Amino acid sequence: MIKVESLTKTFGSKVAVNRVSFSVEKGEVLGFLGPNGAGKSTTMRMITGFIPPTSGRVRVGSHDMIEAPIAAKRLLGYLPENAPAYNDMTVYGFLSFAAELRGMRGDARKRAVHRVVETCFLESVLHQSVETLSKGYRHRTCFAQSILHDPDVLIMDEPTDGLDPNQKHEVRQLIRRMGEKKAIVFSTHILEEVEAACTRAIIIDRGQIVANGTPEDLKQRSEVAGAVLVRAAGIPAATFAAKAGLLPVARKAVPVPDRGNGETVRVFPQPAGRDGALARALAELAGREGWKLEELHTEEGRLDEVFRGITKPETSRGGN
Amino acid sequence: MAIAKRELVGYFASPVAYVFLVIYLLLAGFFTFTVRPAFFDYGQASLITFFRWQPWLFLFLVPAVGMRLWSEERRLGTIELLFTMPVTSWQAIVGKFVASWFFLVLALVLTFPVVITVNYLGDPDNGVIFSSYVGCALLAGAYLAISCMTSALTRNQVVSFILAVVMCLFLILAGFPPVTEILSGWFPPAVVQAVASVSVITHFDGFQKGLLDSRDLLFFLSLIGFTLFTTGVILRGHRAG
Repeated sequence: MIKVESLTKTFGSKVAVNRVSFSVEKGEVLGFLGPNGAGKSTTMRMITGFIPPTSGRVRVGSHDMIEAPIAAKRLLGYLPENAPAYNDMTVYGFLSFAAELRGMRGDARKRAVHRVVETCFLESVLHQSVETLSKGYRHRTCFAQSILHDPDVLIMDEPTDGLDPNQKHEVRQLIRRMGEKKAIVFSTHILEEVEAACTRAIIIDRGQIVANGTPEDLKQRSEVAGAVLVRAAGIPAATFAAKAGLLPVARKAVPVPDRGNGETVRVFPQPAGRDGALARALAELAGREGWKLEELHTEEGRLDEVFRGITKPETSRGGN
Repeated sequence: MAIAKRELVGYFASPVAYVFLVIYLLLAGFFTFTVRPAFFDYGQASLITFFRWQPWLFLFLVPAVGMRLWSEERRLGTIELLFTMPVTSWQAIVGKFVASWFFLVLALVLTFPVVITVNYLGDPDNGVIFSSYVGCALLAGAYLAISCMTSALTRNQVVSFILAVVMCLFLILAGFPPVTEILSGWFPPAVVQAVASVSVITHFDGFQKGLLDSRDLLFFLSLIGFTLFTTGVILRGHRAG
């Protein structure tokens, strides 16, 4: 549904987005990750046709965003960063205005507004002015606007920013549910969100894509992915580590001093030690030595570690 | 069009619109009947004292109406919503302009009591009054289009207002008799005439004499067209970065 080809945007001499290419199909939820100032918002603004790219192409459905912007924009729903809305309008007025801009008239418009009001739980503030809304409601109002026309493509710039944990959970559920029938792209810098809602994730840093895969793939790139945490009652970590390090399926074993009263050891696998072989070997080792295992657990790898590993810290400054 | 409707409803949803209308009507009445030579000093059934002040009244009131058109969109970030909707930037620019213009024309229409008064007191030339109203509407449109343009330049409404007032003032002064007299002391008549011809006053005068001259019409319409076009260019420039 969305096809982005070597999209580039420069502001003066600064390259904000550098030859970014990817595509999103129906049924996919793509998480767009990256530090602040990495070019997430700029990329989304180009996809939605708000700013023209310096070079490259964006196709939405079968329409080119530069050559046929109106047709392409019809297929899109967009939730901009900070959820802007007209302060002087009521929630109902704002939504019907958006529906009218989407070309809906009369009954169709009323039905569409009614539907999104229900989806986004806005009944209680329907006739309140946007200016007086709390951040959560304001966000949901703008979100409601983006799904009025039940678009095939949904672009959301930090959809859970500023929401409380319950609202965050609701929005993630909603994204997941809608993702079954739509192509969705959303940006975030909250990593758990990617695991909770995405089928695929792209990490972008300094305007370039540095990783692209399912959340599971990305976690595999973590250093600790496949490592085994192990702890035996009354056995000092150093003793356990010395023996464990000698196992043929283990690459190295290091004590983890700040965990499990200093008795925990993290054992990293050899390639042959993956898929549970290392955990089995460690259990056998403990059996031979007569140690009582209190913990034995294979780590999945952590997204935040992958994220930190591939996005360089000096990019953490700047805007968005 | 949805954008024009929203904008217009927006005016009347806020008290600012009513404050504006009241101030405009009060000031128009004040200048017409009080500032000398005033309405009754002429001893004739004409609205010349009413129309003479319109360019000056509009100078401050029209930029006040137009200043928020684009600056507010940019400040709130709603411009991002507007330009990702399936509407062209032309529809958006013209829609907003038309709504505000309609509002200003409404303000003009509400001055109808002076027309009734003058008709009650005497036997004025209603053709001249009508053409003067047309001139006022066009003048308001021209000022408004300039305010649109300055409002696209900045997020700050105050800056937008001041820029618009300065530009409109220039358009008045270029053809304001005291200024043209000074200029004619320094420059050959052709130069003075060229300067005066860009002034709204020069073209507004024709309407006040009851002439609907196509050149004057063309002047105002092309001024509106040009400034709205520039608004589009400025808005596109912001987005291109």
